[in-house]
Formats: sequence, structure tokens, C-alpha cells
Amino acid sequence: MTGAALEVIDPGLLTLVEDLGRPGWAHVGVGRSGAADAGALRLANRLVANDEGAAGLEVLLGGLRLRAVGDVTVALAGARGPTWLDDRPVGHEAVLELRSGAELRLGTVTSGLRTYVAVRGGIDVPSVLGSRSTDQLAGLGPDPVRAGDVLAVGPAPAGWPVVDLAPVPAPPDRVELPVVRGPHADWFEDVLSRLQAGDWRVTPATSRVAVRLTGPALARTPDHAGRELPSEGLVLGAVQVPPDGQPVVFGVDHPVTGGYPVVAVVRRYAHGRLAQVRPGDRVSFVHGRASV
Amino acid sequence: MTDVPAPRVVPYGDDAVLVELTGLAEVRALDDAVRAARASDPDAAGIVDQVPAARTLLLRVREDADPGALPIERWWAARSASAVDIDDREVVLAVDYDGSDLADVARLTGLTVDEVVARHTGALYTVAFGGFMAGFAYLVGLDPMLRVPRLDSPRERVPAGSVAIADEFSAVYPAATPGGWRLLGRCEEALFDVDRDPPALLQPGTHVRFTAR
Repeated sequence: MTGAALEVIDPGLLTLVEDLGRPGWAHVGVGRSGAADAGALRLANRLVANDEGAAGLEVLLGGLRLRAVGDVTVALAGARGPTWLDDRPVGHEAVLELRSGAELRLGTVTSGLRTYVAVRGGIDVPSVLGSRSTDQLAGLGPDPVRAGDVLAVGPAPAGWPVVDLAPVPAPPDRVELPVVRGPHADWFEDVLSRLQAGDWRVTPATSRVAVRLTGPALARTPDHAGRELPSEGLVLGAVQVPPDGQPVVFGVDHPVTGGYPVVAVVRRYAHGRLAQVRPGDRVSFVHGRASV
Repeated sequence: MTDVPAPRVVPYGDDAVLVELTGLAEVRALDDAVRAARASDPDAAGIVDQVPAARTLLLRVREDADPGALPIERWWAARSASAVDIDDREVVLAVDYDGSDLADVARLTGLTVDEVVARHTGALYTVAFGGFMAGFAYLVGLDPMLRVPRLDSPRERVPAGSVAIADEFSAVYPAATPGGWRLLGRCEEALFDVDRDPPALLQPGTHVRFTAR
């Protein structure tokens, strides 16, 4: 595998190199970043016997075309869409052997938003502060992948793939985000019930930084109307309510601090779901007590 | 310190707690105590990120750790012993005091430009917290005479290295960005460099002095 690479014929709308991010730098203003749907990247990496944290490609809405330079082994996970290896349709969550010169082509995704391509050995780009991830907010890590890029593949791990494919349940028609109370839930009238009763739609201004929702505006209690909040630390999944009352759910490239009240937090097991909602999708919040 | 109320620990999702404190000094003390604990206390081993802010300290833990189990009261109680200058570095930044808001700051404070510079260089600052962008540090210790509000509408582009003040803080912009603080001057030191260890020149607890060039 030494010297193997992936040549980018077409990056599609946006393809980024991502691993599991760079924790530990929030105190100097650098967030964790990493794969938005970390579970999907981990699964794709496991399929090709990589370390779960190896760098792969995060493909927004499909459209990526890659050519193998040398023989490579890849696997896809996350958002699904038609995929071809040369002219042969191939599946997701499956181990794919690409002979040198073979072309992998991702069609437009039919469900979800972000597909992950893991390659045995990982994408070998320089690491910045311990991670190969692109942080779109901080402007750290590799640039988005461009046509003509030749992405080096790292040395193959010692292990070999142990399964050919992994069964993954089909995504639900309507995305449910389980939430628990956030630190400032009491700034708003009955906010968890109103979040759960609301019919929320994902706006086009949605990115790795945040999923922005539109729906019935959430109102503060009279005691908290107009009150300012000094900035404080944020987490992935924090549901923040700015003055317009429309919730913003923070994603992996969230700022490390924010100055609006956080009324709820999406449970960790649903962070992958959050990464896969698309502009226009309807989402609902549900009580996050039960674990799935 | 005995009169300071105990911190309030608020759950913040599966991976974090938000510790609410009464002010900057308390945040600084607990932040240092937690940093000291992370060097030696096995109960702190699960912490991956700690984010001090004006009145809060966010502690985020690994996925296999329980943020609710962190012994924050113990660390709070130990703060006086542990919080003695974890980071006792003093960084001196040479500044060209030629910022575009220097005259306005003089007018707003009733001082001369020279007096503004003298008061800005006369103080010892401490990094209270970061957060706005990589390498940005909110410095406390500003002469109260220099307290001015931020601009009514932010500039579209503040040049990298700009030395600025707003409210009770001073700061240096590590890179060009939109920003609403009032600009006193420029310094050439690299505030953030991913190829340096540590990458951020100014970290919570670091002491800073400004000198006029």
C-alpha cells in the first residue's frame, strides 16, 4: 500500500478531511471540530480495520469522484445515495477493494447529509494541533478537497477487515432530537415543552457550526426579558436561543463560547442524527431521558 | 475567601458541567485549581477541555466519564493552596500606539493621548479567559479610567495584532477579523501559531505587560 493515494476527480459540493477532532484546546479558543457524524466515520474506519480516529473524507450531499492510485480499500458510511465502483453499483457500510485506476463515484445522497469515506491506512495529510480535521470556524486544518488533489494514504494498519458489511438501520422519516434541560432553561417560559410541541424546520443557514431552526418563537419569562448573558463555554448539541427566539443547535465546529442562553442540550447518542439533518427537513425535540 | 459562596454546578448535557461562580477572580481560582488537579488527581483524569469565561467554568469530559462525578467542591476548597500562579509567565508586548481609536478613547475618558498610553502600559494584566477566536485572550487588570464601551457598530476588519480595549478588558487580535473593540495600537508578536508549543502565547492565567515602542 505504500505510496497509495486517492486522486480527486470531482469533490462534489464540499468534501473535507476529518478525523475525531482536536480536543483540549478550547481554553485558547480552538474547538474540537472533527467528523460531524463521528459514529459514521468510526464505523467506516472499523470496516477497513483502521483505528477509529483515522482521517477520512466527509462528503456533503454526495457528488464526490475519486480515482485509486495504487490498490486501496475503502468503506462508506453515513448519508446514503447511489454509489458506483467504475460502472458497478456498490453499497454503503461495505468493504470495497479498488484496483489502481478504479473510480469510486458517489451520486446525490437520498437520505442524510454527510457521507464518510474511510480508506485503509487513513488520509495522510499534515496534522495541526494533533488532528487532521478541517475546522471551518477556526480556519484550521486542511483546505477543502479540490479537483486534482492527490490525497496520500497512510500505512495500512496491522489488522484486516473482519466483516464485509455492517447492517445499519434505515434513517427515520422524521428526525427526533432527544434533549435535556440546558443551563438557562429557566430564562424561558416552559421551554422544554414548547421545544417538544414545536414543528421545527431546518434553515439553509445550516453548517458544521450550527443547525439553525425556524418555528414558533420561544419567549423569555418577563424576569429575563432583555437580560444580557456574559459569554460562557458551549458544547456540541447546545440549543441556544438568540433574541429572535429561533433555536440554534451547535455542531462540531461551534464557537467555544457563546453569549445567548442555552435552554437545552441534545443527548450525545443523537449527535450523529444532528449531523445528518438537511435544510428543509422537519425535526422535533423529544424528552431525552431514555437512552437508545 | 471564606465568605465566597460555593460554586453552583449545573448539568450541561452528557459530557459537561457548567460551574457558575460569582466573578472573574473566582473563575481564575477554580480554573487554576482544576488545572492543578488534572496534573495529579485521578478524579480529574476524565476532563478533556476546561473553558473559563467571565462567570463560569465549563468542564467537558471524555465519553466514558461522568461529569456529575467530578469533585468540584473539593477542588474549590483546595483552590487557595493550588491556585498560586500555575502559569507565572509574564509576557511583555511592545506596542506601536497609533490605533485608529486612540483619540476617541482620550476624548471619552477625558485624558490626553499620552495619559491613555501611560495608563495602558502602567498596568499588569492577567488572561482571564479566551474564546472569541483562536489565541484571543481577554485580559483583566485594565486601569478603570480606561473603561470605554465597545463601538456602536463593529468594524468589518480589525487588522491582526491590533491592541484594543472594551469595557473592563484589553486584548490583542491574533488575526484579522470583524471586531467592535476600540483600537489603541499594534503589536507584532504572533499571538497564535500552530507550529509553536504552546500555540497560544496568552493562556488563561498568563500575566501580560504592554510597553510603548
